[in-house]
Amino acid sequence: MKRTFLGEFEEVVLLTVAILGEEAYGVTVTQELEQKTGRSVGFSTVHTTLQRMEEKGLLSSKMGGATAERGGRRKRFFTVTAFGRKALQEVKQVREELWNALPPQTLQLMGG
Amino acid sequence: MPITDRRKPIAPLPPRWSTKLLRWFAAPDTLEETEGDLLEMYAYWIETVGVRKARWRYVVSVVKLLRPFARSKRLEQYPRTYFFSHVMIHNYFKIAVRNLLKNKGYSAINIGGLAVGMAVAMLIGLWVHDEVTFNRYHQNYDRIAQVMQTQDLGGDVVTQAKSPAPLGKELRATYGDNFKYLATSTTTANHVLSFADRKFTKKGKFIDSDAPQMFTLKMLSGNYAALQEPGSVLLSESTAEALFGKENALNKLIKIDNDLNVRVTGVYEELPYNSTLANVAFMAPWQLYISGVAYGIKNKDNWGNNFVEIYAQLADNTDMSEVSRKIKDAKANKVGPEDFVSKPEISLQPMSRWHLYSEWKNGVNTGGRIQYVWLFGIIGGFVLLLACINFMNLSTARSEKRAKEVGIRKASGSMRGQLVTQFLSESLLVAGFSFVLALILVFLILPSFNEVADKKMGILWTNPWFWLAGIGFSLFTGLLSGSYPALYLSSFQPVKVLKGTFKAGRFASVPRKVLVVLQFTVSVTLIIGTIIVFRQIQFTKNRPIGYNRDKLVMVDMPTLDIHNHFESFRSELLETGVVVETAKTTTPMTEKRQNENGFSWKGREENQDKPFATFGVTHEFGKTVDWKIKDGRDFSKDFADDNLAVILNESAVKYMGLKNPVGETITWGTQPLHVVGVVKDMIMESPYEPVQQTIYYIAPWPAYILSIRLKPDVGNSEALAKIETVFKKYAPAVPFDYKFVDEEYDAKFRMEERIGKLASFFAVLAVFISCLGLFGLASFVAEQRTKEIGIRKVLGASVTNLWQMLSRDFVLLVIISCLISAPIAWYALHSWLQKYNYHTEISWWIFAASGAGALIVTLLTVSFQAIRAALLDPVKSLKTE
Repeated sequence: MKRTFLGEFEEVVLLTVAILGEEAYGVTVTQELEQKTGRSVGFSTVHTTLQRMEEKGLLSSKMGGATAERGGRRKRFFTVTAFGRKALQEVKQVREELWNALPPQTLQLMGG
Repeated sequence: MPITDRRKPIAPLPPRWSTKLLRWFAAPDTLEETEGDLLEMYAYWIETVGVRKARWRYVVSVVKLLRPFARSKRLEQYPRTYFFSHVMIHNYFKIAVRNLLKNKGYSAINIGGLAVGMAVAMLIGLWVHDEVTFNRYHQNYDRIAQVMQTQDLGGDVVTQAKSPAPLGKELRATYGDNFKYLATSTTTANHVLSFADRKFTKKGKFIDSDAPQMFTLKMLSGNYAALQEPGSVLLSESTAEALFGKENALNKLIKIDNDLNVRVTGVYEELPYNSTLANVAFMAPWQLYISGVAYGIKNKDNWGNNFVEIYAQLADNTDMSEVSRKIKDAKANKVGPEDFVSKPEISLQPMSRWHLYSEWKNGVNTGGRIQYVWLFGIIGGFVLLLACINFMNLSTARSEKRAKEVGIRKASGSMRGQLVTQFLSESLLVAGFSFVLALILVFLILPSFNEVADKKMGILWTNPWFWLAGIGFSLFTGLLSGSYPALYLSSFQPVKVLKGTFKAGRFASVPRKVLVVLQFTVSVTLIIGTIIVFRQIQFTKNRPIGYNRDKLVMVDMPTLDIHNHFESFRSELLETGVVVETAKTTTPMTEKRQNENGFSWKGREENQDKPFATFGVTHEFGKTVDWKIKDGRDFSKDFADDNLAVILNESAVKYMGLKNPVGETITWGTQPLHVVGVVKDMIMESPYEPVQQTIYYIAPWPAYILSIRLKPDVGNSEALAKIETVFKKYAPAVPFDYKFVDEEYDAKFRMEERIGKLASFFAVLAVFISCLGLFGLASFVAEQRTKEIGIRKVLGASVTNLWQMLSRDFVLLVIISCLISAPIAWYALHSWLQKYNYHTEISWWIFAASGAGALIVTLLTVSFQAIRAALLDPVKSLKTE
């Protein structure tokens, strides 16, 4: 299979979903991102990205039970699929290969 | 885990409008969680950035999430009900079949009734199709016309298809550029065709050489130029086969009337029976007629003798009515004052109207058979309507039984549209079955129907229009008859139905009753109509005809063989001992061939010039036909001057206003004739018309019809055999084709009898269908009231009481129908009878009898069910359910 190109934001969202595990849905992912990255993330952007990645098969989702808060509306929980995990692995591997290929003096210059 | 703060039930709500916007335009699949997520985010934002910014972010998120064109991609949790779901339609038919099988009796009544109705409609459709496609065989159908002449004959305006012979020449000479083809022709008449020892009497025409091309005859041999030389003849396929068997007919020499030698120059395919010219078995050249036949030679330039038919095909780019107007005075411009008096007007009658519009009154076309086409069309429509009414009636009546089904279907999610579809598909199924059954019925009935209707129709298996009409018509019937139950049943409220509080209201049966009344109105009208048609026929048949038609035989003798030796022929015939008397006439007893005016007598008024029928006879005529002398004496050879004697009929005496007719002198042209006697009126042409003023004269020219009275005590076949021997001796070249006068006379009633038979056929079917419906309704009512009947019986009601109770409603309906149908039938038949000058009266007992008949049939139908219900053991009937 040809490699999947993950966008930077997609990669971050996918990772966040993986981090959150059972609890990953629109709100938690947005808040977690905000807190972990410190940047202001639009809810609509996260929502759309989640939808898109589900369509691509990187995520799967299922509806949770009815909730008492938020007017009884159910939550859609996301989990990373096998394909999604593979995509993350690949991204990580590429990064590591690139870091490893960095000449040591440049690495030093960057203060690494 | 950084979970949201959860203590904000009092948190202000986000702007409502944006939430609404979200609901309207967000992607439908994810709406629920999006809305929930946004609410949570809103609370979180209030916590972190304040209400104002939270509201702002909320709105911005909503706007960004709008997907106005998004459609749901996933299956929903609960499947929607689709209007046309394959499975459901499958189910409808399954339920329909189960329902039909469950109620076999009702199904049989429904399908059978509808099938009979459809079969009748189909038969009538075929009949109408046959009538309106008359003459379509000819390719130039739209462009062909017949020349008609309208004349004012002493006050009677008469339109006929006969014209004087020179008119054909005149049309060609003066108006020729309006016509592509013109053909002058003799009327179709019997002639003897002979080849070697084979001879046959065949109907034929002497006609111009344009004819084959104009009528687009299909030539089996020879070509369209076949009639161009005077010594030629064209034969129809069957005539050629009769004369020559399998041999090639072309160029064979045959004789017409044992006189004219002609050579066969072509054979044409038999014309179909629904063509005006179907009975024409041969065509000989008109040229031959005006050069070789005495009558033709004498009259070919005579403007005063209307004896030819003229056919024309219009030139391209001309208009029928325009040409008709142009030639209006074609005769008037040419004739002398003696013919100008009758104001002759020439016009064209298009081929499309020959068959259906053949009657004229005062120079105006008054229709003809088209009336019967309409009549039967309407009857067919009504019979079909009756069948549809049955179906609707039974379905609605039984609807209460199916109310529960409707309730359950609605409760489990059926939409009204689905129920309508279900009931329509049921009725379509029934209509489909009926259509197939109707086709089978038509297939079986058609031969006898053809016999009654005098047609040769077949089912148009290969005609796409037939199938289109048949199937379209079943669809229509199915939809029409299914529509009422479908709409009615689907309007039930499930809650009421399932709780059992559903009751068809007091007025639920009103439409049903109206339909029954409609049915019986149609049936009773048809019964009355049938009775009156038959009474009219019987009435006319019983009319005194003025002579004795029993054992009277007519023979055509188109040649002069017998004529030239008549005296010895007669004495030899009398010697056989089987003949009372024989005479020659110019006209068969059952026809009227000559119509003359130009008579004068003492006391004639100025404008009194209505034509007289003239009847050339020999001296023995009176004794032969056994006429009734009222005044004076019969012709007799004892008086030398009887050659110039005439006998008048009563109508003539009345018309002429003679007090003492015997001994008076009448001048015909310039020839004075003296009246020797008066006879009772004898019916000649139409038994429905008053007898015309008639003059019987001793024919000074050949009279071609032989009348022979057989002895009453001699068997017909024996007598005819002896006569034939004598006949053959004198006229070996002429076939001995005899006709009995009484049979010919009876043939005059064929048309009316046919209509009577067809009408009675339809009336019987209409009554049958109506009774079928009534039977179904009665059994339904009896079933519905089972408990009531049981309780009544327990309380002491007798079978008679119950029978009365159950029958009363229906009897009342039928009485109402009788009351409605009486004036309708009276009006329709009164105007039909007015067509006949000699007609029966419509008396009240006909209505009474029809009403009583309908009532009896109703009672029989209903009683069967009523008595069965009334005889039921009350214990059993009270235990039902």
